[in-house]
Order: sequence, then C-alpha cells, then structure tokens
Amino acid sequence: MTTSKSNADLLPTATEPRPTVYEECRRKGVSRRKFIQFCAMMAAAMGLEDVAVPKIVKALETKPRLPIIWLHLQECTCCSESFIRADHPVVASLLFDHISLDYTETLMAPSGHQAEQSMEDTMSKYAGQYLLMVEGSVPTKDDAYCCIGGKSARQILTDAAKGAKAVIAWGNCATAGCVQAANPNPTGAVGIARFIGDKPLIHVQGCPPIADVMAGVIVHLLTFNSLPILDDLGRPKAFYSRRVHDTCYRRANFDAGLFAESFDDENARRGYCLYKLGCKGPTTYNACGIIKWNGGVSYPIQSGHPCLGCSEAGFWDQGSFYKRDTVVEGFGIEETADKIGLALGAVTVAGIAAHAIGTNIRKRREINEVE
Amino acid sequence: MKSRKRELREVYVWELPVRFFHWVNALCICVLCVTGFIIANPPTLMSQVEASFSYWFGIVRFIHFATAFVFMFNFIFRIYWAFVGNRYATWDNYIPLRARQWRNVWHVLMTDVLMIRNEEERSIGHNTVATLSYLVLLLAAVLQCITGFALYAQTSTLPLFQWATWITPLLGDEMNVRIVHHLLTWFFILFTVIHVYIVFYHDYIARHGLISSMIGGWKNIPEDVAEEEEKLEQKERRRSRRAGHAV
Ligand code: HEM
Ligand code: SF4
Ligand code: SF4
Repeated sequence: MTTSKSNADLLPTATEPRPTVYEECRRKGVSRRKFIQFCAMMAAAMGLEDVAVPKIVKALETKPRLPIIWLHLQECTCCSESFIRADHPVVASLLFDHISLDYTETLMAPSGHQAEQSMEDTMSKYAGQYLLMVEGSVPTKDDAYCCIGGKSARQILTDAAKGAKAVIAWGNCATAGCVQAANPNPTGAVGIARFIGDKPLIHVQGCPPIADVMAGVIVHLLTFNSLPILDDLGRPKAFYSRRVHDTCYRRANFDAGLFAESFDDENARRGYCLYKLGCKGPTTYNACGIIKWNGGVSYPIQSGHPCLGCSEAGFWDQGSFYKRDTVVEGFGIEETADKIGLALGAVTVAGIAAHAIGTNIRKRREINEVE
Repeated sequence: MKSRKRELREVYVWELPVRFFHWVNALCICVLCVTGFIIANPPTLMSQVEASFSYWFGIVRFIHFATAFVFMFNFIFRIYWAFVGNRYATWDNYIPLRARQWRNVWHVLMTDVLMIRNEEERSIGHNTVATLSYLVLLLAAVLQCITGFALYAQTSTLPLFQWATWITPLLGDEMNVRIVHHLLTWFFILFTVIHVYIVFYHDYIARHGLISSMIGGWKNIPEDVAEEEEKLEQKERRRSRRAGHAV
C-alpha cells in the first residue's frame, strides 16, 4: 500500500561494511522475539498489511545502516527528546547504533572542530547517499540569529542538503517554523523546505512528533527504499491522514453535544468532549488517538487535556489553547472575529439610524409638498 | 385628504426562478449562520447523561451541511439563470461595463447614500450599486463554499466533496480555513442587515413596491420611467439585431 512517490534509491551503496539493524540489536542483547515484535508494531503503525512484516524483518536484517546527518537549527530539541524516549529497545538501535547518526550536535561524542570535521567527512564520504534530518527552523531576518561553527543555519542547511539523498524535516520547527515563527516572528523563522532545492522531503509534523511515527518513517525508508505517500502538506499519510478528532474516543460526546466547560467540572470528570476547552482536534491531523504517546500509554486528550493542534502550521497564532475563539491577527493587535463582527455590526446599525433620520426628513418634505 | 395623481405602470421584473432563488438563499443564509454559530460555540445543554442517548450536536452539524448543499446548488442555479433570464436577471447587470451603469453609481451615491441631491428613482431592476453588492455576495458565497467544503472533505471519501481541499495548504492549515469561514459568516450577517434596510428604504422613498415585488414579481413603475426603459430596450434590440446581421 504505502509505496513509492519518487522511487529514488535511498540506500547507500556500502563503501564499508556497516552492521545491519538486526546485527546491532543482537549485539546489544535484544532478543529475536523483541525484534520481530518491533517489526510487527511498525507495520501496524504504518497501517500496512501482515505481508509487510516479513519485508520489514528482512530489510532490518539485511540492509546496511544509513549514514545520517542530523542538524539542530532554531529548536528546543524536543524532537530528539521524543525519539530517544521511545520505549522499544529496537528504536534506540535504529537510530543510534543501526542507522548511524554520523553527525548530531546534541548526541555525538566529538565537539568543536572535530564535530564539524565528522560532518564534512560524512558529507564527502557518503555524498548522494546520506539522509539529512533537520530539527529546527531557519532565521531569515539575520543570519546571526543562528550560527554554528561560524556558519549560518541557512549555509549549513544548503550545504548539507546538496549531497543528501532525501531530507526529513522533524517536527513543526523544520516544517513550519513552530514557536519561533509565531507572531511577531522576530527572527523571520521559516521551515526548511525552501533551502533544500529539489531534494525529496518528508515533513514529520508535531511538537514533537510521536517517537513511533519518527521510527515508522525511518523504517519505511529502510524497508521500501522510497518515500512514503505524502499529503498536500508533505506529511506521510500513514500517520497524518486522519484528524485527532476522527480517532478520538471522546467523539461520541462531541456528537451528542456533551461538553466539559472547565477542567474540574462534573462534565470533565465524566470524560465529556473537550471542544469548549479549546480542543483543536477537529482541525489537527496526527496519529495521537491511535498510536498514542510513551509507548501507547496515553495521549493528551486521554489525560483530560485538549489538543493544541501541535502538528498544524499556525497553531501558536490561532488564539488561546483553552478557548474556541476565532482569532484574527493584524495591525499589531489580536482580536476575535466575533468582536470585530459585533463592532462592525454596531457601526452599521449607527449608520443605518443616521440614514433613516435623513430619509424621514426627506420624506416629510415630500409629504408636505403635496397639497 | 393628501393625495396626488400619478400614472403608474405594472412591470414584471422578477421572474419566478429569481424569486425562488432569493428566498431559498435567504433561508439558507439564516440557517447556516445560526447553525454555524452553534457549531462555533455550542451551548452546554446537558450533563449527567451518557453519549449513547443523544445526538443533538450531530444533528446541528447535519443541518449545517445539508443546508450548505442547498445553498451552493441554489447559487449554481442562479448563475445559470443569469444567462437565460430576463433583462433584469442577466449577468451584465452585475458586471458594470457600460457608462450608463457607472453614471447610475454616481446617482445612487448622491441621492440615496449622501442625500445631497434629490433625484427620482429611475431604476426598474437593480441599481448598479446593488448589483455590485450582489457580485460581492457571490464572491463571498464562493469563498464560503470553498472553505466549507475544505472543512467538510475529511468527513467523506467521495471525490465530489474533495474539490476544495486545495485551499488548506494555501492557508497553511485547517484552522486558518476555519477562521476564514467564521469571518465570512460576519460578512453574511452584515450584508443581510444592510440589504434589508436598503430594501425598506427604497420602498419607503421610491414607492415602487420593492418589498412585495420579490414575492409577486411585479413593480409599480411611474409611466415616464417605464416609457424611457421601453425606448432603451427597443434601441438595444435594434442594435443587437444589426450586430446579428453583420455576423
Ligand atoms: C452562508 C454560508 C455559511 C455560513 C454563514 C457558515 C457558517 C459557519 C460557521 C460560523 C461555522 C463555525 C466555524 C467555527 O467553528 O468557528 C461553520 C462551520 C462549518 N461549516 Fe459553514 N457556513 C456556511 C456555508 C458552508 C458551506 C457551503 C459548507 C460546505 C459544506 C460549510 C461547511 C462547514 C463545515 C464543514 C464546518 C465545520 C463543522 C465542524 O467542524 O463540525 N459551511 N460554518
Ligand atoms: S475532545 Fe477534541 S478531538 Fe476529542 S471529540 Fe472532542 S473536540 Fe474532538
Ligand atoms: S493531541 Fe494534539 S497537541 Fe497533543 S500531541 Fe497530539 S496533535 Fe499535538
């Protein structure tokens, strides 16, 4: 089902023997049972049929690890945090041991010039083969806002993208600028799409994205050697084709018109829908309701908190997280649509009243003219 | 007794399809505004019950969507009628390309809006300012249908409902689509308030029976205005016949 869009061969031609994921797992003492379990879990998460499981198993057993450059631009590292907290042991080997993380500022051993050197090495040694993963947005107002090793974010990104086989934008920052791009966006932060040329790009949305979704995307690339099917906004459809609202277990309460109005009212205790507490589930495309967080333990709505809409481009600027106001930005002020509407309504009615007075004077004159 | 003699002629202005469109549209806008605002901010009517026994919010949304379809197809029908209807219904009323129409804008501005002059009402169908307002209404309706169907698309897999999804990437995300949809609702409300007032105003001042004309279709037009219109119509017919011969 989930097959190629562009069939770009994403796997490196091994220039040196790199261990496979499976080898790496075994070396670290992960049982075969756990390994197979992980493959099945990934297939399920990606919405694939049973027949995909052996494919995934085979891929992880035989294909060499992917060289990866993971950039941190303007971000808070929550995407990395999400990923390294994935509860399944195989996920860890996926990134840290199996697909090699050749360069990432936060987790790599080398630092300073050595670190920059290792990035250069990867870029030249695996030119055209490595995957570029980017966390964070790019400032456009002034390059000085984000410089690493004397190079601007824009420069680093453009250079790294040149030799990349494909690019993954992790999270809302790399996709849409996230909180840095929120009004008034002092650094002119934008997502990475416009700096990577025509390289295949996957937007893995969320603030942060769910760890299993991140793993799923990597496993897909490894297994099928191609990009997953993407939606209009470049997000993998396997995880972002349904609204949080459509997969929400509180949905029956929504349709029944049963709403909680504060976090501690009786209706909240009864598990009613959080729509009136500002839930953005109805306009948010993410897999929270299905895959959930922390290894399937729970997700925000299950814990009684409305969805913030964190996998949608403009979620910081759309009014309070806890209200259903329709907020309009502009002229440096922020107003709700209803207030603007009412104000315009008042002006209209005042105008009508004035006009009606004039009309009556005119009419009176005309009546008086008639003898 | 105050009275005065005036020669009037009855003119059939609004054909039945136009009147039908008008009232269906009015009803749809009312229903869509009310259900829309309920969707935007639903009242908490019930508590202490289980979801399985009730579906009122689902029904409000269903009414919104069902009315939305009527609203859209009604407009499509009216656009069709703009090509086959009588001289007061055709599209060229709504897109002012003639100098006469722009002179009329000036007249409306001076007489009806600013009330600086006191000229007689000489339009039989719409005046040009009115037709421009309906052009804006059409535009708003198109935008409202695009944003509405973009929001609706996710609840159905039928291709018929997917025609407007392109707007979402354009606006960034679906919440922005919703914001536009919500804002436009206020346009419809303000339009309705102003529209209804102006209709009353014209009936009050020009006394052509504008309000009842949207029910019965006929207007009471002063004889000289009707004659002038008749001459204009003949001239137009002659001109189009000549153009026809040339071709
Ligand atoms: C005069 C025309 C219309 C008006 C005044 C109107 C008004 C509204 C309003 C005020 C909302 C609530 C927005 C919010 O949550 O803040 C809404 C929601 C919505 N409208 Fe409309 N609307 C109109 C036409 C349409 C059309 C043509 C469609 C097409 C199917 C449509 C589909 C929707 C949908 C899908 C929603 C979201 C409902 C939900 O999420 O449960 N609307 N509308
Ligand atoms: S809690 Fe949010 S996502 Fe769940 S049904 Fe209510 S509005 Fe939809
Ligand atoms: S429930 Fe909404 S805000 Fe919370 S993580 Fe999921 S998509 Fe983001």
